[in-house]
Order: sequence, then structure tokens, then C-alpha cells
Amino acid sequence: MIRYSVEEEYKGMIDAYQKAGGDESVLKSKDTAKLVVHENRVLANDGIKGLKIDTEQTARGVRVSFTVEKGTKIDRPVHLCFGLLPKEGLQEILMKVDAQDNSEVSVVAHCIFPNAVKVIHKMDADINIGANAKFDYKETHYHGESGGIEVIPKARVRVGKGGVWQSTFALSRGMVGKLDYDFEVYCQEKAVAELVVKAYGRGSDDIKILEKIYLEGKGARGMAKSRIVLSDKAKAEVRGETYGNAPYSRGHVDCMELVNGTEAVAVAIPIVSVTNDTAKVTHEAAIGSIDRKQVETLMARGLDENEAVDVIVRGILK
Amino acid sequence: MLVVENLQLKLNGNSIINGLDLHVDKGEIHGILGENGTGKTTIANLIMGTNSYRPTGGRILFDGEDISQFSVSQRAKKGITLAWQEPARVEGLTVRDYLSLSAKNGSAGQIEQYLLMVGMEPAQYMDRDIDATLSGGERKRIEMASVLAMHPRLAILDEPDSGIDIVALPLLLNGIMEMNKQGSSVLLITHSERVTAVAHRVSILCAGKIISTGAPLETSQWFKNNCLTCPHINEPTH
Repeated sequence: MIRYSVEEEYKGMIDAYQKAGGDESVLKSKDTAKLVVHENRVLANDGIKGLKIDTEQTARGVRVSFTVEKGTKIDRPVHLCFGLLPKEGLQEILMKVDAQDNSEVSVVAHCIFPNAVKVIHKMDADINIGANAKFDYKETHYHGESGGIEVIPKARVRVGKGGVWQSTFALSRGMVGKLDYDFEVYCQEKAVAELVVKAYGRGSDDIKILEKIYLEGKGARGMAKSRIVLSDKAKAEVRGETYGNAPYSRGHVDCMELVNGTEAVAVAIPIVSVTNDTAKVTHEAAIGSIDRKQVETLMARGLDENEAVDVIVRGILK
Repeated sequence: MLVVENLQLKLNGNSIINGLDLHVDKGEIHGILGENGTGKTTIANLIMGTNSYRPTGGRILFDGEDISQFSVSQRAKKGITLAWQEPARVEGLTVRDYLSLSAKNGSAGQIEQYLLMVGMEPAQYMDRDIDATLSGGERKRIEMASVLAMHPRLAILDEPDSGIDIVALPLLLNGIMEMNKQGSSVLLITHSERVTAVAHRVSILCAGKIISTGAPLETSQWFKNNCLTCPHINEPTH
């Protein structure tokens, strides 16, 4: 296996980050909090007032403790950059997040595996959102074209009274490989949870999504949304589960899977459950092909069929 | 420019288009007037190649070349485009993106101009998706703006006035005339004589066949007097 020096690793990560559509200047700015991790080595760790990022190297990855102090509102998004440049390897991120009461932060995570042929990327997150705290988490992946990667993000999120958790997981550039996404969120009184997953499966990609929301407090609200597009022989199984266990809790499961071609396979399993007579949970699940009229509309403006499908897919996954 | 000769379409054993002949000259706005069910949208689909429609007889010539088996993209690349009666809505595709891909290399300023031409304020619409959040009328006007942006050689406009309110209709008609001024020929498919008023010639469609072609005023009057009161829709022999 080729080893990289720390400088090479950092440069390689920044290059890959740019190729994945990231803005290099963000990672160079002194005013932006960031964490850059290659394999199990921390290449950059810049906190900011009111935000503490502690890391500990492990044999398989990094343990991260991410604390937003009580009442802190961080103006600029915090950037996390995880990745692996070699073709083979394992990266395991053990993340503990504590967004204390009345704090507010937006986190943008970039997971970059441009050369992956036999790579495993695991994230195990234990997340606590305090009372009236707001945490917005966007995770975008960029994989190479070989598809030899396994991504296993798992998170357990507790949202305190009046708190807000919003997360978007997007994997639409490069091959997915194998994805096993598993997030569960517990919402206390008047807390809000929004989970969004977007993925574009091609080749023999294998996608498994499990989004679970437990509405445990009075007036809690939750939405589990997924947008999946499949081509070639890709397959996906999406489970969206929402449990309305508290008075006046409101939940919604929204799953849309589009299949392009005859060999891809999409499965949607929405589960909605209510144990309180004032709670309400709804769901909609749709599996279908890419709308022919949409394709022809764009073709009538001069796009080839593949270009038209691409524009539609990018729109759905935007 | 466009010559349709003895065009026929049978679907599930039913004759939808029955030996239709039509000429649209370069620089012409040609109106097609017809009642519901006479085959107006089918003609649009056959000329554009959409909805998998291919003629079961006859020819569609564009600049002398038979395009009846061409794909939609091939026809668009020849300079033909279609504005649908009910345009598709595409989640995640902004008005800006849609007009940009229609305009190919048009500048941001030019793109905004196309929206203004159909009476829409760019600041209000450019970053909105062309999805279900737009009203029917808004979506129709954006469709017209996208056709303007494309500068087609032949624009087929299928019921451009449906869903358009009385205030926006003059803007839409101005848009059609502007398109024509910029060099596009227009095939204007409608059931409204108000719309065909901007045409150079008008044809009347009945049972998938052109039964009369002439000047807009006279032809529209004939349509009003005969077709709107006709108890034999799609029976041209009456």
C-alpha cells in the first residue's frame, strides 16, 4: 500500500475536496472552524469561540468530541472533512456531539474517497441536542468511479425540548458502492427533526436506508424524507419509520424512488405508528420511472436523452 | 419550411389523424383551430415526435427532409420545439436553469429579458423551481419564455392561452409576435379565435384533417359560425 506524508495527505484531501465541488478557501480561512481527518490522522483542527473539537486517534480511525457551548451561535458553517486517499483502507469515525441549550450551529461534512477500490467508511455518532438548540448537519459524499466502497453511517440523536435537528445526507457524485444508512432520532416536547437522504445508485450499487423518528414529547414534529434514483443494476431499500407517541405530535414519511431502466430494483417500506389519539403521522411513498414528459420537455430544448435524464436526476437530488 | 403530407395516425385501431396536409412557410405564424378531440395535440406530438407518436402513414418534411422517424432531440437540433399545453414540472430545476439550457449560451441578462417578455419579474422567479409550487399560468408563461430563449426555427405552441388569465393574454400574444419577429415560424394550435388573431393564416381541423385554410379573420368567422355550433364534431362530411 502506498503511504502518504502528512503534507501530501493534506494536499490530496484539499484537491479531492475541490474536485468534489468544495471551496478550498473555506478550509484555509482562519475564521472558519474545521476538522480534516485522513484515515486515522487529524490533519487540521481549528475550533472557534464557543465550539470545542477534541480528537483522539484510534487504530481504525478517530474519536471526535464536538461540543457547542451553551448559548453559542456560530455564524459560519463548521466544516468537517473526512476521507481516505489510498485505494484500500478503513476509516471509523466515532463522534460524540453535544449541542448545549440555546446553541445554534450549521455543520457541513465532506466525505471524500476519490480512489476507493476496497474502502470501508464507518461513522457512529451519539448526538445530543439541548433545549432550544438548533443543529443543521449536511453530509455530502464524493466517491470515485470504481464503486468499491462501503459506507456505514449510524447515528442516534436526542433532541431536547424545543430543539431542532436537521440533517441531509447526499451521495450523488461517483459510485455509491454499498451504503447502509441508519439514523434514529428521539424528539422531546416541541422538538423538531428533519432527516433527508438523497442518493443516486448506478452499476451494482446497493443502498439501504433506515430513518427512524420517535416523537416522544408533546407537540414534537418529525419528517423522514428520501430521494433515491437508480440506474443499471443498482438496488435500494428505504425504510422510513415515524412513531407518534406523544400528544399532538406530528410526523411525516416521504419516500420517492425513481428507477431508470429495467434492471434496477427499488423497495420502499414506510412504517407509521401512533399511540396517542391526538398524534398524527402520515406517509407517502412513490416508486416509478423517470417521467417521460419531463425527459421530452428537455429533449425538445435540444438535450440528448441522457443529458435530459441527468438534469432531472440532479434536480431531484439537489 | 414544414410540409406535412397525407399524415395518418391510427391508435388501437382508431384513426386519429386522417390524411392531414399542412404547410407552414418560413416566417409564418400558422394557426390551427379545432374543437376538443379533433386531434390538435396529436398533431403537435407527431411533428415534435413526443409521446412516442410516429405516423402510420404520410410524411413530415422539414426543409425537405423527412423527419417523421427522428427522435425528439434530433428534431430539436434541427430547430423545432414544442411548448406543451400542460408543461411538465421538474423538481429541483430552477427557472434560471431551465431558461439557460434552452438559451444554450445566453447571458444572464438575456435570460432575464425572456421572462420580462412574458410579464414575469426575474427577481421573483429566477431561483424558483419549475415544480408544483407554480400556478398553471405561471408555468405556461415560463414555457413560453423558454421557447423564446431557444430561438427555434419552428415553435409549436399547443394551446398557449389555456390557464392564462385575461391580463396576461396580451403579453403572451406579444411574446408570440416577438418570437416571429426574431425569425421563428410558429404553429399555433388553439381553439380560441382570440389567439389566432396574430396568425398570418389559419387552418381548421376536424376529425384529424384540415378542412379549410385561409386568412385569420374569415377562417375564424367560419369556425365560429360552423364548428362551434356544429352537432357533428369530427364528422367533416356534414
